[in-house]
Amino acid sequence: MQRIILSKKNFITLVSAILIVFGFFSRFGLDNITLFHWSLFTASIVGVAPIAIQAYQALKVKVISIDVLVTIAVIGAILIKNYEESAIVTFLFLFGSYLEQRTLNKTRSAIKELTEMAPESALKQMENGKFVEVDVDVVDKDDILLVKTGAKIPVDGTVLFGEGHINEASITGESVPVTKKIDSEVFAGTILENGTLHIRADRIGEDTTFGRIIELVEEAQDSKSEAERFIDRFAKYYTPAVLFLGFIVFLFTKDMELAITILVLGCPGALVIGVPVSNVAGIGNGARHGILLKGSEVINDLSRVDTFVFDKTGTLTIGNPAVAEREFFGNNTDEVLAYLASVERESDHPLAKAVLQDIGEKPSFPVEETEVVKGCGIVTKVNGHLVAVGNVALMEREMVKLSEKAIDDIERLEKNGNSLVLTAVDGELKVIMGIRDQIRPGVKEQLQNLKMLGVKNLVVLSGDNQGTVDLVARELGLTEAYGHMLPEEKSAFIEKLQANGQKVAFVGDGVNDSPSLALADIGIAMGSGTDVAIETSDVVLINSDFSRLPHALGLTKYTSRNMKQNITIAVGVVLILLASLLFSEWMNMSIGMLVHEASILVVILNGMRLLRYRLRG
Amino acid sequence: MQKAVIQLETLSCPSCMQKIENAVKRINGVEKGSLKVLFNASKVKVDFESEIVAIHEIEKAIEDLGYAVVKSKVKPA
Repeated sequence: MQRIILSKKNFITLVSAILIVFGFFSRFGLDNITLFHWSLFTASIVGVAPIAIQAYQALKVKVISIDVLVTIAVIGAILIKNYEESAIVTFLFLFGSYLEQRTLNKTRSAIKELTEMAPESALKQMENGKFVEVDVDVVDKDDILLVKTGAKIPVDGTVLFGEGHINEASITGESVPVTKKIDSEVFAGTILENGTLHIRADRIGEDTTFGRIIELVEEAQDSKSEAERFIDRFAKYYTPAVLFLGFIVFLFTKDMELAITILVLGCPGALVIGVPVSNVAGIGNGARHGILLKGSEVINDLSRVDTFVFDKTGTLTIGNPAVAEREFFGNNTDEVLAYLASVERESDHPLAKAVLQDIGEKPSFPVEETEVVKGCGIVTKVNGHLVAVGNVALMEREMVKLSEKAIDDIERLEKNGNSLVLTAVDGELKVIMGIRDQIRPGVKEQLQNLKMLGVKNLVVLSGDNQGTVDLVARELGLTEAYGHMLPEEKSAFIEKLQANGQKVAFVGDGVNDSPSLALADIGIAMGSGTDVAIETSDVVLINSDFSRLPHALGLTKYTSRNMKQNITIAVGVVLILLASLLFSEWMNMSIGMLVHEASILVVILNGMRLLRYRLRG
Repeated sequence: MQKAVIQLETLSCPSCMQKIENAVKRINGVEKGSLKVLFNASKVKVDFESEIVAIHEIEKAIEDLGYAVVKSKVKPA
């Protein structure tokens, strides 16, 4: 019975509305005051039923909830035969909670979109070798699964058979499909765009990368800041206190009307819901843009950061050295590049990879009599020519004559922070390549955005030499740059800034700088959802997209302001209502309830604005 | 010790949380410190001693308050 009444709450709300309208029609249209009283009385009884049931359930577990206050107030109003008030108050309360539910769902929509991306079923290989569709929950580690074109990968696993292209946007934010073949790793929640795969389940459910992202966001949206815990504790005692106050007022004044009005006006309403609403909408906005914010404390801390400290490699720069500049000498360029590629193919030097990537496909020649000159490069025979590939020291050793232009070029390239690879064929210099780690595209503009958002200091710390670091700092307009830093020196530096009273955010790739990530007021990991990054940091930028950083900062400032607005609205409404009771003639239960429900909707709608937040500029 | 994640129908009033918290805390065999009621996610997370209390008893305590349980997952803590 109780459950039926509760599940029909929306219907009851409608019935009570119709009865109220009919009541007022009988009074003013039909001039029938008896019918008016009866229909409003019925509306009150019908409407208070679900509220009273909730109040009873709350009392059973020793909680004095809003339902308790409203139920007592309504019963009081019925006793003093003020059916008009009792009917309208119950209707407003019910209708208000209906609207609350509708709007609340909106604020939660962003996170819901994310969790709904979770895979639900899988094609699992049974003992007879056939694949049968099962719920993803019953998949165990080491099960063999079949994934067809268009389907979601159900678990983190390894490809055993087949080939295909997978869209990994849900994990990496990168929507260009990735080719997967035998032995490739695949991730739960990503989508197989074409092909068919057999995979072995390595990690399932909450242990998958996607599962952990979801869990993190879910925990974050319900995590509470210090201020919020205070409000909760306050609300716990506040509601009983209002009940007590109403009771005392009744004892002394014997004025039932006044006592029950206090109960309604004192409802905490918007206070308890205001902050969670901002929190969920702010974190939802972040999740939609590839920013994982770990809870409302993180929002508050990040919004106050004035100093950003960056790791260089992999954060400000791409992390893959690439050929940035090339100078050719002589004309048979194609032939030389083919020789160079043939030599570099044999090498496992990190610069060799960059050179090969730059040259692309070229006919390859056999390489003979290779001599590796330590710290200098390689001298070898290709297609009957003596080829030397290495640095300036190698050229000197091989007696390669450097023209004036070549010497100028070398000086310029080095000044620009390049590592040099020179190629000489038969004792003649042919190519100089300048290789450097490239700055991520758009970083400069994004750093400018950070400054516009009020960040004062932009610092880069790096293990590289001071020259390279200075160069990056100058190019990007950073305020301070320090090279030759070991990981422990980086964290010591952050401590020094903090001792200075600065609020520090550290931005790194989460691989070798976890101490700094943990130590800073806010640790921001730019990683492709790696485990370490998720664990040690406060904020994760899932797709390593630098432009998310100002968005994250702006969003937390906006969210934190939104929370304060909501607290102000909620506290303000209660104060004004209680004050108006003392100083005005027109305040009554119905108006009080109307204002309350309106204030709840206002804070929810205010929170909803966060879902649409975008960085301007 | 078992770990339960109970998915509820959408919670819309914050006072629901306090009710559910109190109701679940009173059950014998439930690890009180582990109890988390997630308002926005509409989930209850709790550790419990499966020899003393069964998962459906915890579910019942919540449903008795008028909140429908969508599904629960139990795994060893």
